[in-house]
Amino acid sequence: MKMNRRNFFQTLGITSLTLAIGKSGKAITNKKTNVDFKGILIDATRCVGCQSCEIACAEVNNLPEPTDSPEVGITRNLTEFQRCVVNAYDTSKGEIYVKKQCMHCNQPACDAACLTQAMNKTVEGPVIWRGDKCMGCRYCMVSCPFDIPKFEYHSANPKIQKCDMCFSKIKEGGVPACVENCPAEAIIFGTRRELLNEARKRIVENPDTYYNHIYGESEAGGTCVLYLSPVPFEELGFKTNLQNSSYPELSKGFLYSVPTIFVLWPALLLGLREATKDEPVKTIENE
Amino acid sequence: MNNLDHTMVKENYAGKTWKFILQEFKPKGKFLTPFNIISLPIMLLGLVLIVIRFWKGLGSITNLTQEVPWGLWIGFDVVTGVAFAGGAYVITFMVYILNIKKYQSIVRVTVLNGFLAYVFYAGALLLDLGRPWNVINPIIGNNFGTSSVLFLVAWHFLLYMIAQLIEFSPAIAEWLGKRRAHKILSGMTVAAVIFGITLSTLHQSGLGALYLMAKEKIHPLWYSEFIPVMFFVSSIFAGLSMVIFEGSISYKVFSDQISDKSHASHNSIIVGLTKICAVTMFAYFFLQVLVFVHAQNWHLLNTPMGYWYLVEIFGFIVLPMLLFILSYKNNSTFLAKTAAVLTMVGIIINRLNVTVIGFKWDAVSHYYPSWMEIAVTFAVIFTEIWVFRWIINRMPVLRDSPSWAKNHN
Ligand code: SF4
Ligand code: SF4
Repeated sequence: MKMNRRNFFQTLGITSLTLAIGKSGKAITNKKTNVDFKGILIDATRCVGCQSCEIACAEVNNLPEPTDSPEVGITRNLTEFQRCVVNAYDTSKGEIYVKKQCMHCNQPACDAACLTQAMNKTVEGPVIWRGDKCMGCRYCMVSCPFDIPKFEYHSANPKIQKCDMCFSKIKEGGVPACVENCPAEAIIFGTRRELLNEARKRIVENPDTYYNHIYGESEAGGTCVLYLSPVPFEELGFKTNLQNSSYPELSKGFLYSVPTIFVLWPALLLGLREATKDEPVKTIENE
Repeated sequence: MNNLDHTMVKENYAGKTWKFILQEFKPKGKFLTPFNIISLPIMLLGLVLIVIRFWKGLGSITNLTQEVPWGLWIGFDVVTGVAFAGGAYVITFMVYILNIKKYQSIVRVTVLNGFLAYVFYAGALLLDLGRPWNVINPIIGNNFGTSSVLFLVAWHFLLYMIAQLIEFSPAIAEWLGKRRAHKILSGMTVAAVIFGITLSTLHQSGLGALYLMAKEKIHPLWYSEFIPVMFFVSSIFAGLSMVIFEGSISYKVFSDQISDKSHASHNSIIVGLTKICAVTMFAYFFLQVLVFVHAQNWHLLNTPMGYWYLVEIFGFIVLPMLLFILSYKNNSTFLAKTAAVLTMVGIIINRLNVTVIGFKWDAVSHYYPSWMEIAVTFAVIFTEIWVFRWIINRMPVLRDSPSWAKNHN
């Protein structure tokens, strides 16, 4: 078991605390959140819908080049062939383009869901998928609140397709392909803290241009991909009904109760058995 | 010299056992029964479909989509099938923990049923895996995703299967005439039972906990943080209804196997189980109401999904609950069986509502299982019944144990 002794007792302690207070252990934060993750800021006021990012993405990931282009009224979805898509929306401020891909959550549901650690939140920030571990159960797809991971249903050796923020390029000091190729500087790369500051600065300096919200600052517990928009985010097809705490939090309460039950139940059952035993008289009647 | 003799005797002995097992593989009784005629083609079809599935990918025979990645195989085979297998932990709890000897005669058949259900229905999980060769990773400890509910559930399936096999193993020993093994294995029963009940509590609720992170994807009438508790409580009466249902079928089909004594106690067992069903269903109903009120879902009732919800609650929980009470009062096994069937339908509806029907209920395109997914599901069920029948006809499950084995447990 990966859970070492200390961890185990920690968990046990937390569980008993949880039981005592009757609340799922909210105070426990993911260790990884304290690191300053790398991230991406996407500014929908600047996007011109040229699809350079889509094309660059397809190229670095060996996927087919997109054949359709953004069009108002048609929502292009991520597919097993497209890790990012640009969509056009008719909004109160005219036609707006916006790119969609994995949000690289700070505490990703997909990572918590994955029973093989194939979906993995790296310390750098990107959430990556590792084919040598994945067993294709698709629980990550069930759990992701943004519906990002896509599965190759028509392959005997299917992969999960999703943006990995060009993890291999980042590790070598580079930037993601989409950032590199955006001619409008609508996508910038940096640490999450820098990006949040930059986003706030833009909002403060141009309050008329921007809708006063940074999508991803708190959605789903915070994400490494952040968005700025000229209009309320539901106009751009964003999910605005998501909770602000992280999704793994939802099943933590259950998971923490497991060790307790494992300790208490057998003892309880044994006790019950002893208590109900009708000792000396052996009943053979119904054997 | 002596030693040599000894090994030779042993080998001979082992050889005999093998011969015996091989012989037992031959079909017994009439082959062209209506059940065989219906089930065989479907099983063959299922086999062909499974080959296609592994060859061309999941999309070739399923209707799964990117939005609904888990369909009938998970929602019905695994989630519902395991709920129905809950009877095993409830019955062993009553017999070995509460020492209610009355249910002793149905322990074996229930455990066997539970075991096979896990092997086949939880095994259906393997069919659904896109990259099944990596299933070894979370098992041998290459990669433990300990924060994953699915990890917990999968491991519990595995361990519980072992526990059930141990619980059932004395029957195998009796079949093979292994006295020493019988003694050892019988001695392990209680430990296996205690371990098994603990595992069951956790994974029955764990199946519900799987969906906790899909918060916005499941219709609010079916999503709550209490899904795990609901799944656990409902697995009690789901399992017992299955015991009643399956019991009354076995009772007819395998009537030659059942001893006179068991014949006599059959009705009283069924009626006893109805009481437990009624009580747990009441608790479940009460929980549902609490959750509903707590979530303040009143406005949702007057929608199509709301009507559907009411049908589930009143048609398939309250109604069978009343029938169970009636059958208990009137000592009527007919009412009990009717109630059991209704309950089972209700459980199927409930589990599918959470996993398939209510999942992404607001999406543009809906998921409906393809006929091929349904065919494979039937093939899995039929195969299970075949194996079940094979075992019942050979091992002392319904029939009495041989006299030499009587004093062990
Ligand atoms: S958006 Fe979905 S796939 Fe991406 S990190 Fe978050 S949970 Fe995982
Ligand atoms: S499909 Fe793969 S990556 Fe997704 S949860 Fe399952 S094992 Fe993990």
